[in-house]
Amino acid sequence: MADHHLTLWQLMQSKGYSRREFLRFCGFAAALAGIKSTGLAAVVEAFEKKPRPPVVWMHFQECTCCSESFIRSSHPIVADILFDYLSLDYTETLQAAAGVQAEKCLEDTIKKYPGQYILLIEGSVPLKDDGIYCMIAGRTALDLLHETAKDAAAVIAWGSCASNGCIQSSKPNPTKATPIHKILNKPVINVPGCPPIGDVMTAVVTHILVFGKMPQLDSQGRPKEFYSRRVHDTCYRRPYYDAGLFVERFDDEKARKGYCLYKVGCRGPVTYNACSVTKWNEGTSYPIQSGHGCIGCSENGFWDNGPFYQHLASFPGFGIETTADTIGTIVGVAAAAGVAAHAITTNIRKRRQIHEQIQESNPEKDSGEGGEN
Amino acid sequence: MANSRAILYRRLYVWEFPVRLYHWVNAVCVLLLIATGFIIGNPIPITYANEAYQQYWFGTVRFIHFVAAFIFFFNFLVRIYWGFVGNRYARWRNFIPLTRQQWREMLEVLKVDILQTDLKERISIGHNALAGFIYFLSFLVFLFQALTGFALYSSMSTSFLPKLFAWVVPLMGGDFAVRQWHHIFMWFFVVFVIIHVYLVFYHDYVEGRGTTSSMVGGWKFEREDRLNQLD
Repeated sequence: MADHHLTLWQLMQSKGYSRREFLRFCGFAAALAGIKSTGLAAVVEAFEKKPRPPVVWMHFQECTCCSESFIRSSHPIVADILFDYLSLDYTETLQAAAGVQAEKCLEDTIKKYPGQYILLIEGSVPLKDDGIYCMIAGRTALDLLHETAKDAAAVIAWGSCASNGCIQSSKPNPTKATPIHKILNKPVINVPGCPPIGDVMTAVVTHILVFGKMPQLDSQGRPKEFYSRRVHDTCYRRPYYDAGLFVERFDDEKARKGYCLYKVGCRGPVTYNACSVTKWNEGTSYPIQSGHGCIGCSENGFWDNGPFYQHLASFPGFGIETTADTIGTIVGVAAAAGVAAHAITTNIRKRRQIHEQIQESNPEKDSGEGGEN
Repeated sequence: MANSRAILYRRLYVWEFPVRLYHWVNAVCVLLLIATGFIIGNPIPITYANEAYQQYWFGTVRFIHFVAAFIFFFNFLVRIYWGFVGNRYARWRNFIPLTRQQWREMLEVLKVDILQTDLKERISIGHNALAGFIYFLSFLVFLFQALTGFALYSSMSTSFLPKLFAWVVPLMGGDFAVRQWHHIFMWFFVVFVIIHVYLVFYHDYVEGRGTTSSMVGGWKFEREDRLNQLD
């Protein structure tokens, strides 16, 4: 598609951009990737001297919400990323090419740039029945994944589907939908979320481009920059949580006052994401800001952790409304009842025993006088 | 006066001070953890409308929970240590049924507790074999609660100890699952307290050896004629 030998600076020059505009763009990209001002030189150098890496974007079991989110990233504008500093060689949803042409693009990139191209995966891969539940151009997703990942310089798993299975892998997972990191034997950057924040996605790509290596990842393979803190930790409603001021129902006075949504099931305290800092749609808002609790979409198995409007999941096998507390209360009451029944029978026995012992120790006395004490 | 038989009892020092201290610190911590845990899981609705800066009660409840958790954890570690250096009633062997005698005793205690038969064999003056084993299982639950609790705490703490438990989160599939299990196992403590307190009273009566007061003073009583059969 594009000429891979050019660096971004060369490309921008050829399009008539000035040096000033180029540096401005570098500044944007650096800020986005969280690089401090002293690191700006590295960014400029990377964009000036490094040829733009080819990118292959594969779509498997997904809904394209990740792509939708990506093309809505605010800075640098997506056109710049897609067509200027990346060279997007293959992506089913956005490419102009179709059929044989498209497949050839993919083939060429893999062959011509082994160990250089970045592989972006959107969607999980079904493993059941030899993977027939997701096929592109007559080949299974699993087959395509192995082929494209083999020589990739870096593999990024976009969204919850690719990084933890999302809705396809929720119980009972009929197609055995599997996240990418469980299939590949190489490091995978997980960028979970349904979808992930567009600006986070571009920042991760920028990081790889500028530094030529993966960002720092946590134990679950997520970039620490964006996933080391809970939504709760930086939430603007956090003070209400600490003050114990909670929304009880979505239509009460407390909801209108903007209290904490913890009691109506907000998953902020158990969800690692940058929503409350980066926000969505050019920093406009995020779920909690618009009055709805976080549903924990970037967390492993969040579809199975329902219902979304209570903080304790329903207890498996006991119907939808049953939580651990219901079961616990039943068991607790049963224990108390058992203890009470035991105490009653014990005291009946005790009465007889005391009676016998008194008689034994005091045979001359009338048996009727033996009391409890 | 005459309502008693003359049986000679000997006082025996069973529960050493560290054991008793452990017991009561543990009891207070567990009660605090249950109470605050319930509130954290389902906070009490507040009917008045304040602004957030005017109060910090939920933060305080959580603080109490965390402090109690730290004390609970270190207290538990001390008890484990004491299981290796304490007297024979405190030793770890009391908690794990390794001998045939312990299994026999467990059966005997089960019969006495559930079928309410009369006590036929002499049972240990320290922990009886069944109680010891139940305590061992509850130690496992203590450990589980410490693991899951510190794992949840690790994301909000920069200190060293909770960070040691951060690996539990990915293992269990995320904070939500860890929180769920931490909550479920809390109910073990509720049920344990009910049954434990009752059985103390019950065994006090069945054995007549001062079970209840022994956790205060440390002394139990044994019939002189049974002293020679001591375990």
